[in-house]
Amino acid sequence: MKPWFERVWRGLLLGTMTLFVVNVGLMIAAVATSSFARRWLGTWLPDGWTTSWYTSAWKEFQLGSVLWVTVEVVFAVVLLALLIGVPAAYTLARRDFPGKRFLLLLFLLPLMVPPITYGIPLATVLYKAQLAGTINGVILANLIPAAPFVILVMTPFIEQIDPNLESAARVFGASTLRMFWHVLVPLLAPGILAASLLVLVRTIALFELTFLTAGPDSQTLVVALYYAVFAAGVRAPQSVDAMAMVYMVVTLVWLLIALRFVNPTQLVSRVKEQPLTA
Amino acid sequence: MNSVALSRAPFDRALLLVVPAAAFMLLLFVYPFLYGLALSFEPKEGGALGNYQHFFSTDNLWPTIWTTLRLALPATLINVGLALPIAYKMRVKTRYQRWVTTILVVPITLGTVLIAEGALTYFGPKGWLSQTLQLLHLYEGPIRLTHNYWGVLISLVISGFPFAFLLILSYITGIDPVLARAAATLGADPAAQFRHIYLPLLAPGLAMCFCLAFVQAFSVFPSAVLLGSPAGPTRVISIAAYEAAFEQYDYSLASAIAMIMGFVQLIIVAAVLGLRNLFYRGPVAGGKG
Amino acid sequence: MRHDFQELRLDRVTRRFAGAGGKAFNALEELTLTIKRGEFIALLGPSGCGKSTALNCIAGLLPLSGGSIWLDEMRIDTLPPERRGFGMVFQNYALFPHMSVERNVAFGLRMRGVAGSEVGPRVARALKLVQLVGQEQKLPGQLSGGQQQRVAIARAIVIEPPLILMDEPLSNLDAKLRLETRAEIRRIHRELGRSTIYVTHDQDEALSLADRIVVMKDGVVQQIATPQEVYAQPANLQVARFMGYRNVLELAVEGERDGRVTLAGTDIRLTGVRKQPLAGTHACVAIRPEEIGLGEGPGGVNTIAGRVENVEYCGRDSLLDVVTASGTLLHVRAAGHIAMGDSLRVHVPAERALVYPSDAAGI
Repeated sequence: MKPWFERVWRGLLLGTMTLFVVNVGLMIAAVATSSFARRWLGTWLPDGWTTSWYTSAWKEFQLGSVLWVTVEVVFAVVLLALLIGVPAAYTLARRDFPGKRFLLLLFLLPLMVPPITYGIPLATVLYKAQLAGTINGVILANLIPAAPFVILVMTPFIEQIDPNLESAARVFGASTLRMFWHVLVPLLAPGILAASLLVLVRTIALFELTFLTAGPDSQTLVVALYYAVFAAGVRAPQSVDAMAMVYMVVTLVWLLIALRFVNPTQLVSRVKEQPLTA
Repeated sequence: MNSVALSRAPFDRALLLVVPAAAFMLLLFVYPFLYGLALSFEPKEGGALGNYQHFFSTDNLWPTIWTTLRLALPATLINVGLALPIAYKMRVKTRYQRWVTTILVVPITLGTVLIAEGALTYFGPKGWLSQTLQLLHLYEGPIRLTHNYWGVLISLVISGFPFAFLLILSYITGIDPVLARAAATLGADPAAQFRHIYLPLLAPGLAMCFCLAFVQAFSVFPSAVLLGSPAGPTRVISIAAYEAAFEQYDYSLASAIAMIMGFVQLIIVAAVLGLRNLFYRGPVAGGKG
Repeated sequence: MRHDFQELRLDRVTRRFAGAGGKAFNALEELTLTIKRGEFIALLGPSGCGKSTALNCIAGLLPLSGGSIWLDEMRIDTLPPERRGFGMVFQNYALFPHMSVERNVAFGLRMRGVAGSEVGPRVARALKLVQLVGQEQKLPGQLSGGQQQRVAIARAIVIEPPLILMDEPLSNLDAKLRLETRAEIRRIHRELGRSTIYVTHDQDEALSLADRIVVMKDGVVQQIATPQEVYAQPANLQVARFMGYRNVLELAVEGERDGRVTLAGTDIRLTGVRKQPLAGTHACVAIRPEEIGLGEGPGGVNTIAGRVENVEYCGRDSLLDVVTASGTLLHVRAAGHIAMGDSLRVHVPAERALVYPSDAAGI
C-alpha cells in the first residue's frame, strides 16, 4: 500500500537520524578513549591504556577546587532562583494586573536573548560594582537566565492547581503563610523538583556568562575546560580529554537524575502550547 | 459581585511576591543593557557614534557580521530543515519517540565546549571519521574538518539540531491529531494532510523556532574559537566583542559591538516574523475561542 | 468512490488491542451487521463497549484485526480513509481552526477536485441545510458549540457521501442544545435520506433517531433490533439494565409453563416471561420502574408489599424506593401523593416482568 517514494523518504529520515546519533556517540567515545589512552597517534585504538591522565589532569587543572566552585555556584543559583522565581510565578499565574504583559516580556527576554549579547554589558557593570572575578559575581550572572526559567517552568504547575484549594484552606482558617506551607508547597513539590533539576543541568553547562564574569579562582568546570582546550597545544591532549570526561560525567549524572522527573522537552525552554482543537 | 463599590480596592499583597524577581531583572538585565547602550556612545575617541564608525571602517571588525551570518544562517536552515520532517515523522507518542528525544537531549546538555573538544578529537585529521573514510576509500588523505569553517558549522548543527527538533516536536504534538483524521475522511492523503492541516498550524511555531535557533547560532563563541580559526575565516562577531572587552579593555567599543550584534539579530528576527505574516493569514494561536 | 450503494456489510469485524501488561484484548469481537441504503443505525452502549472503535474501523481510521467490510460487492477495509468517501462528524467537531467556516465546509470538495464554480453553490446549500447562513467567513473559534457542531455536519454532508458516520456528536452540548440539534439531525436525515451510523451512549438519542439500534457491551453485540423492540424486549440482562430496567431481582425458579416462569423469594412471588434459556436454580427478573403499578394486581397475582423509604418528586410523577419486609429494594415510578413511610402494595403485569438467566456481573 505504501508508494515507493514514501518508503525512500522514510529511509532518508531514518538514515539522517542514525547518522547524527552515531556520529555524536562516536564523538563522545573518542574523547573517552583518548582520556584512557597512553599514547594515541592516528591509529584506530591507542597503543596502551592508563588512568594516569586523570590524576595528572586533576592536579594540572586543579579539578578539586574547580569542582567545589562549580558546586557552590550551581547550588546557590538553584536556591536563589527558586526563592525569587516561585513567588513570582505564583503571582503571574494567579493574578491579573496592569503591566503584567510587560513583566512577562521582561522575564522572557533573558531566555531568548543569547547570553553573550547581554553578557558583555553585564560584565562591565559587575566590574564597576567590583563583583567581577568573584564567585558572587558569577552567581549573580548565572541567576539572570535561571530565575526566569524557574518562572517559566513553575507557572503551568501553579496554574494547574485548583484555586479552589486555596479558597478552601482560607475558609477553614489558614493564614496565607500557612496555606502556602501546608497546601501549595506540597502540591508544587514535583514542579519545584523539576525546576531545580533543570536549572542545575543548564547552569552546569552555561559557558558564556561565567566566562565573562569569572576570575581565576571562580571558574566553573565548563570554563576551566574551555581554557584547557584553548591551551591544548601546550598540554597533552589526553589530559584535556580526561578533564572533558570528568565534565561529561558530572553533566550526564545530573541529566539522568533530571530525566527521571522531567520530560526531555522541558530542557528546551518554550512557551506553553495549547492543543489546537476546534 | 461587590454591590458596594469600594472607593479604593484593598492592596493585593500577592503582587509583592513578584517584586524581588522584577527588581532583580531590572537591575541585572535591563540596567546593564541600558548602561551598555549609553556606554557605546561614549567612545575613547571620536564623537557619539565614534565606536560605530570605528566598527564599520575597521577591516577586522565589520566583516565579522557577514562571517557570522555565513555560519548562522546555513546552520539554522539545516537545523530547522532537518528537524521539521523528522519531528513530523515522530509525532506519534511511541517508545521509539521517547528514546529518540532522550538521546537527543544529550548534546544539548553537554554544551558547546564539550562538543568542540569532541569534534576536535573525532573529526580531526587523525580521528576515527578520517580513518574510516580513508579505509572505505571515500576520501584520500586526512580530512580537514577542524580549525576551519566546517568544524564550526558541524558543531552548530550538533548543538542546534536537537534544540530545534525538541521545540518543533512540542509544537507538533500540540496539534490535535483528530484534525488530520478529519481531513483524511474528507479525502486528504498524508501529503495533503501535512500541507493543508499541519503546515499552516505549525507556521507560527516554525517561525519562532527559526528565530530562536538563529539567535543561538549567531551568538556562537567557544566553538568558533576552539574548533574554528578565530583569526580569519571564523572570526565571528562575539569574538570581536570579547577581544574589545578583555584584550583591549575598551568596554565602550565592546558594548557597541554587543549592540550591533543584538541589532543584526533583531533585523533577521523581524524579517522572519514579517515573512511569516505575509504568507500566513489566520489565527496565530488556533483553538476554541 | 460510490455515490450510492444498496448495502454496507460488516462481516465478523474484529479489532484487537494490546492492553496493559501486554495482554491483547478484543475491543471489537466479530461484529456482523448489514446496513441498507438510507437506514439510520445507532451503535449504543456504555463507554468502552467498542462502538467508537467500530465507527473508526468503518471510516478506515483503524485497521481491522480480523473480518472484512463490504460495500455491495466491493471490499473496502483495505482502502485508506481518504478513498472510502464517507462523511464523518467527530465528537469534538474537529473543525480546522485556521480555516473559515466556508473553507472548512469546502475542504472535502477541494480534496476531491470539484470544479471551483461548483464548490460555492454546494457549500451554500449545505450551510442552508444546517441553518448556518451568514457565518461563512467566521473562524471556528468565534462560533458557539452548537454552531460548530452544525458546521461539522455541513462539512460531512456537502460531499454527498453514501454513508455518514457520527461519533457522539451531541455529547459536548448542553441539554437544551442537545434536544434541538437532535431534531436537526432527524430532519436532515429525512431530507437527504443518506445512510447514517450514529454512535452514542445516550439511549434517548438512540431511541429517537434510529431505525435500528445495535446495543454493544465489551466489544460484543448484545442485540440488533428496532427501538421499540430494544425498549420493550431487551435480549439479555445487559441490554435490559442499560435500557432502564432498574429493578433486577434474583429469585429462585419455581416452575415454568408455556414460556411463563414463576419465581419466588422470601416474600416475593412473581410470574414473568422467559426471554432466554434458563440454567440453574435461580433466575433474574427485570422490571421497569414505570411499569410497576400501585395497588393489587388482578387476582392478587404479581403483587408485592412494601414500605416507602424514599420519595423523589419529579413533577409528573415520583420515583419511589419501596422496600419489602425482607429488605428487597424496588424502584417504582408512580403519580399521586405518596409519603415517606407509607405501606403499600404494587404489582407488575406478567408480560412486563422479563426473566433472564442469572449473571455474575452487573453494569
